[in-house]
Amino acid sequence: MTTATARNVPAAGRALLGDGRDLLSDGLTLIGREIGRLWAEPGQIIAALAFPVVMVVLFGYVFGSAIAVPGGGDYREYLMPGLFAMVVFTSAQGVMTRMAADASRGVMDRFRSMPMARLAVPFGQTGADALVGLPLLAVMVGTGLLVGWRPHRGVALTAAAFLLIVLVRYALSWLGAYLGLVVRDEQLAGQLVPLFLPVTMLSNAFVPTGGMPAWLRLVCDWNPVSAITAAARVLFGNPGVRTAHPAWPLEHPVITVLLWSAGLLIVFAPLAVRAQNRWGK
Amino acid sequence: MPDPIVVAEGLHKAFGGTRALRGLDLSVPRGTVCGLLGPNGAGKTTAVRILATLSDPDAGRAAVAGYDVVRDARKVRERIGLAGQYAAVDEKLTGRANLRMFGRLHHLPRREARTRADELLDRFGLADAADRRVAGYSGGMRRRLDLITCLLRRPKVLFLDEPTTGLDPRGRAEIWGAVRALVGDGTTVLLTTQYLDEADQLADDIAVIDRGRVIARGTPDELKAAIGDRLDVVLEDPSGLRPAAVVLHGLAGTDPAMTGRDRLSVPLPGGHRLADIVRELDRAGVAAADIRLRRPTLDEVFLRLTAQKESA
Repeated sequence: MTTATARNVPAAGRALLGDGRDLLSDGLTLIGREIGRLWAEPGQIIAALAFPVVMVVLFGYVFGSAIAVPGGGDYREYLMPGLFAMVVFTSAQGVMTRMAADASRGVMDRFRSMPMARLAVPFGQTGADALVGLPLLAVMVGTGLLVGWRPHRGVALTAAAFLLIVLVRYALSWLGAYLGLVVRDEQLAGQLVPLFLPVTMLSNAFVPTGGMPAWLRLVCDWNPVSAITAAARVLFGNPGVRTAHPAWPLEHPVITVLLWSAGLLIVFAPLAVRAQNRWGK
Repeated sequence: MPDPIVVAEGLHKAFGGTRALRGLDLSVPRGTVCGLLGPNGAGKTTAVRILATLSDPDAGRAAVAGYDVVRDARKVRERIGLAGQYAAVDEKLTGRANLRMFGRLHHLPRREARTRADELLDRFGLADAADRRVAGYSGGMRRRLDLITCLLRRPKVLFLDEPTTGLDPRGRAEIWGAVRALVGDGTTVLLTTQYLDEADQLADDIAVIDRGRVIARGTPDELKAAIGDRLDVVLEDPSGLRPAAVVLHGLAGTDPAMTGRDRLSVPLPGGHRLADIVRELDRAGVAAADIRLRRPTLDEVFLRLTAQKESA
């Protein structure tokens, strides 16, 4: 209805301005909620922390013994950037699951019936995920150092690599927020979770893409997981940077990651906010 | 009606091809409890969602506490509480942590959020369970906590969408007690329900909704009186059906319905005494095993109202 829409525009503008005031405090309250939830379930923290450790051991020692790194080098040095990328990518599923749970249990409706900042819910969820991601990253770094992985190119580039990892994680969490709001069903969200792992495997994270059939190699080369992995390898100075075949994203991995992050944020942040505000209207 | 705090005029809302509301009008006086009564799919929840700013009407207008629900949604949100069909609280947090969180999200200062949470937990009998996680609460306790989260900011209007669906009798009694306490505070309550007894227990005024419109309005007693009582007769022998039907037709003015191979049921306008009915049947030589004069059930009120609507 055109009249209703025209009438809504100034109201929407005012609401957004009012939101600016409350966004920070409401967002922080919701971040506090997520941390409170984690605190209430220490088992979940342990499981979340154990996952990367298990992956390091599984891939580093079980598969690593049979995989040769192209151009030579230690497999665990080759592996760690891939595991960073994998954990970053799978984090989107956590945000998706939590958003879907809130939507299916009526919590989202309650938020929407309260005088809260409209953007606080997706910002709170993605912000909480970014915060929770930091200790997980620290545990992974510690595990990596234990099994012989090292950054070789100095403090600045190492810091740049970690910043890039945190940025991608944040951008991906908006994809997760949007998916959760679209799915709106806790069970369905849970069933989607196992799909994230294969996506991370269709990449250069664990094995070089050079030996794959051409069509699969194309998919893997353009998978953002590959770009994150390649960027981390470059910035850390880990082996496996050079590919035998031409692949633009792997030749310019840092730019590719920045483009992916910007693209994800530009597309999914507005979509998630819109889904949050408009659902059921 | 003096000083209505909730007003809806000609609300229309369609979802895809389903027309949930078709010109719903409603007006609720300040400080009263209004029950929206109707079967699943009648449009009760859609009406509440529009009034609580979760949904925009396709046509028509609605105002709560003097503010338009579309244009001044935020002003409305500052003045309402909504408890939906699920306990919309965080199961992983304790009751107290939930209330503090929702208090902060209602923009209460930190200290006030704390004291208000403690006060309400105490008042609604959840103080002992306050530091347990909600996952361990009973259904009735969850709904009570859910109700309390709506009260943190002292709402002018409270919307309760089927507040006791799925609860056991004890849980229902707990919620009813809580709602009565609120009404004592002067909060206006709009509650939807499928249960006549719930509306009967809580509502000052009932609006019966069918297919997206209000089809009847009145106090519980007025509605029941308009429908009349219901007479059920169980015969000792099916051969008595015919003479019994004649007697019942004479009393009610309509043909009784056969509700079993040996039983009849008929709506009965007020003013009949059970003793007179027994005597009439006796005189016709009908041996009855059981005769009951009872108030109508929701189904009957509802079926009668919709039948009248269609024939009118």
